[in-house]
Amino acid sequence: MSVQQNSSPKVVLVGNPNVGKSVVFNALTGAYTTVSNYPGTSVEVSRGHCVIADQRYEILDTPGMYSMMPITEEERVARRILLNEDPHAVIHVIDARNIERMLPMTLQLIEAGLPVILVVNILDEAKRLGMQIDLELLQKNLGIPVIGAVMKRKTGLDELRQAVADYASVPYTPFVYAADLEEDIDGLIKLIHGDYRLSRRATAILLMQKDDDIVQLLEKQESAGDYESLLAAAREISFRRRSDLHLQISLERRKVCKRMLTDVVTQEVNETEPFAEKLSRWMMNPITGTPILLLVVYFGLYKFVGGFGAGTMVDFLEGNIFENYINPPVISFAEKNLSANWLFELLVGEYGLWTLGIRYAVALVLPIVGTFFLVFSLLEDTGYFPRLALLVDRMFKLIGLSGRAVIPMILGFGCDTMATLVTRTLETKRERVIATMLLALVIPCSAQLGVILGLLSAEPRALLVWTVFLLLVFIVIGSLAARVLPGESPVFYMEIPPLRLPQLRNVAVKTLTRMQSYFVEILPLFLFASVVLWAGKMTGTLEQVINVVAPVVKAIGLPIEASTAFVFGFFRRDFGAAGLYDLQTSGLLNVAQLTVAAVTLTLFVPCVAQFLVMIKERGIKTALIIFAFVTVMAFSSGWFLNKILMTTGWLA
Amino acid sequence: MERFSEQAEEILESLWVMTVEGDNVGCLLTSLKVTPDSAELIELVQSAYVEVRGDRVYLRKEGRFEAQMTVRRHRLAERLTMDILGIAGDEGNEQACAFEHLLRQGVDTKLCTLLNHPTTCPHGNPIPPGECCIAARQQGQPGIVALTELKSGESGEIAYLAASDDKKMQKLMSMGVLPGTRVVLTQKFPSYIFKVGHSQFAVDDTLAREIHVRRPTT
Repeated sequence: MSVQQNSSPKVVLVGNPNVGKSVVFNALTGAYTTVSNYPGTSVEVSRGHCVIADQRYEILDTPGMYSMMPITEEERVARRILLNEDPHAVIHVIDARNIERMLPMTLQLIEAGLPVILVVNILDEAKRLGMQIDLELLQKNLGIPVIGAVMKRKTGLDELRQAVADYASVPYTPFVYAADLEEDIDGLIKLIHGDYRLSRRATAILLMQKDDDIVQLLEKQESAGDYESLLAAAREISFRRRSDLHLQISLERRKVCKRMLTDVVTQEVNETEPFAEKLSRWMMNPITGTPILLLVVYFGLYKFVGGFGAGTMVDFLEGNIFENYINPPVISFAEKNLSANWLFELLVGEYGLWTLGIRYAVALVLPIVGTFFLVFSLLEDTGYFPRLALLVDRMFKLIGLSGRAVIPMILGFGCDTMATLVTRTLETKRERVIATMLLALVIPCSAQLGVILGLLSAEPRALLVWTVFLLLVFIVIGSLAARVLPGESPVFYMEIPPLRLPQLRNVAVKTLTRMQSYFVEILPLFLFASVVLWAGKMTGTLEQVINVVAPVVKAIGLPIEASTAFVFGFFRRDFGAAGLYDLQTSGLLNVAQLTVAAVTLTLFVPCVAQFLVMIKERGIKTALIIFAFVTVMAFSSGWFLNKILMTTGWLA
Repeated sequence: MERFSEQAEEILESLWVMTVEGDNVGCLLTSLKVTPDSAELIELVQSAYVEVRGDRVYLRKEGRFEAQMTVRRHRLAERLTMDILGIAGDEGNEQACAFEHLLRQGVDTKLCTLLNHPTTCPHGNPIPPGECCIAARQQGQPGIVALTELKSGESGEIAYLAASDDKKMQKLMSMGVLPGTRVVLTQKFPSYIFKVGHSQFAVDDTLAREIHVRRPTT
């Protein structure tokens, strides 16, 4: 079986972001992978398989790429697949509306000697815009199979399957560029002796453009002497042409494309502006965009996640289902059957696996995180995020980030751990470090946010102080980081995909996928945390740790009992907040203390899971520095806020 | 035309910036870092370009043109050092200050034409138009300007890309931003949004400044 699997011919899907690659993937495999309307949320490669005429094919969906010469991490991942795999066919999916802009990559793929099938997708929208495309002529011009499609409705799927099954590699005739460029390419080709996945012509062009991966590949494959003379020749060419090189190659390719598209595309003028365009303009205009953002935050986050998720659903699950129906039988069962005290404590005690681990995860965190992911997926599929990104870009530049970073920041309000993972889509290391740090310090995750909002909502003034103070820390620390950290300031550029009506099925499956991965990754940590706390309680270590923290807690004006909450906070951000909840209900905290405690806890160290991801993504050194900084920052901010509240008498 | 010392030119420049562009009435001697008997100030007073009353210096009507042209030379020099020579930050400012004093006897006109009669300096302050700019406008030269100079709703054909490094160049090219392509600028704030064909892109002003477009001849 496994042998057969390995021998299945591979079919690789490539193309720009937002052209419906994942839709093609799903149509071919029948499986579901996340369809992302935001460039950069899927760095992973999805694999599936399909059977056509009794032959099994492995299908690979790659992250979006704009050209054969990668700039971002996602593009590098996609290109690596083309360099390393040996595909039976490469399906290049393009958006019919932008055929002129996307065809140059088709040329590059053909030029690389890859077995290309071109899928011209989203034909329906193109027709609506008044475009007519003669696909037969295009197929004749390009010399590869060309298939017109509306994959969303599976139009063109049968033809595509047929084309995959029938694919037979034919030697291609290279497109000819300007004479001087050809001379340089020929010069390099003559020096290449090794065998490469990509054609020598493509390898030579990429070498000319100083592509790192290609240079490394050549170093491995060529003899030392050949490698040296290749490098020397490439250096000579790139010096002679300087910055014009990339441009000339692009211009030559466009010239070829124009030739390919002569008489293929006819465009009628179409003047009406659809509603989606209008809405899109409103979203991008700061005057109308800000109220829209506030509406989204109010209804999406406050009302739906805060009100419905953290309120109604938690009350129902925690207060009704668990309290009345699940916990009593479980506890009475334990009381009857578990004689050993330590075992009783481990399972259903104060920090027990059941009482603290499972109940928390299912009844408290899941509804909050679930509703958040639903809102997030919904917004993601409409294409709202790129519009938000361009709206905040100027402000984000002040804290050393580009507008692109708004996505991980928003995701952080759902789960900081996932958001830290997503920071890898940011372009520079500097941006990634700043974003990771701000996520660890300022952004509360939905679980924590839910509990804190619940705590403070009775005291609107406390909520206001909390919000303003966190916002200040975000801006001050961000702009300090932007000044202190070395490196160039980020450059912002982003494609703004058309607004779309989200498809409910996609949104639902996306939400479920996110919740599932949250559960699979977080639940074990919940259980682990419960065991650690239980062990700590049984051995008395917990007491000792709490005693160490106690003086610090006292210094920021809180009762010693609050120490427990801070120690718990490391295991789960929301544990800490929930600890505060107990304190408040037993009347140990006044309003000022509650505010100080809430601020300090929000800023305080990320949870175990986030810390582990920080180590994985940023390296142990950076992670530890951030950890130490965040701890110091949290308590000094708490101390500072306490002093302010004490001297001014606010919230007294 | 009279030639003033570099220090005198600096005074004229500050006066223009503070009193004509800003809302100050006259300029404190201390903020100009001069005393009533400084040589450069006397120079200007003798030409009746400025007058000193109390502890303030005032720009006289007679001196306005010269002051304006000094500011113009300074900002043109900034465009030269920052855009063309690619010297940024404090270093760029210093170099611009050194260059501006060399831009006389028609050199400023040549530079202005080379830079295609820019209307703002890299900091966004207006460059007072010289005769060459007015002439060029009257002739209706299509003119090549940075994307940042277009009004929203205006379109143009990309003339050239002035990207300072390969990565930025690649980014622009990957968006289909290539010489000869028609773009429509749809929004300028908070980010620049433009359309290429049926796709829409947003860029910040760093990138937008590197895209140079030819305005359509009307």
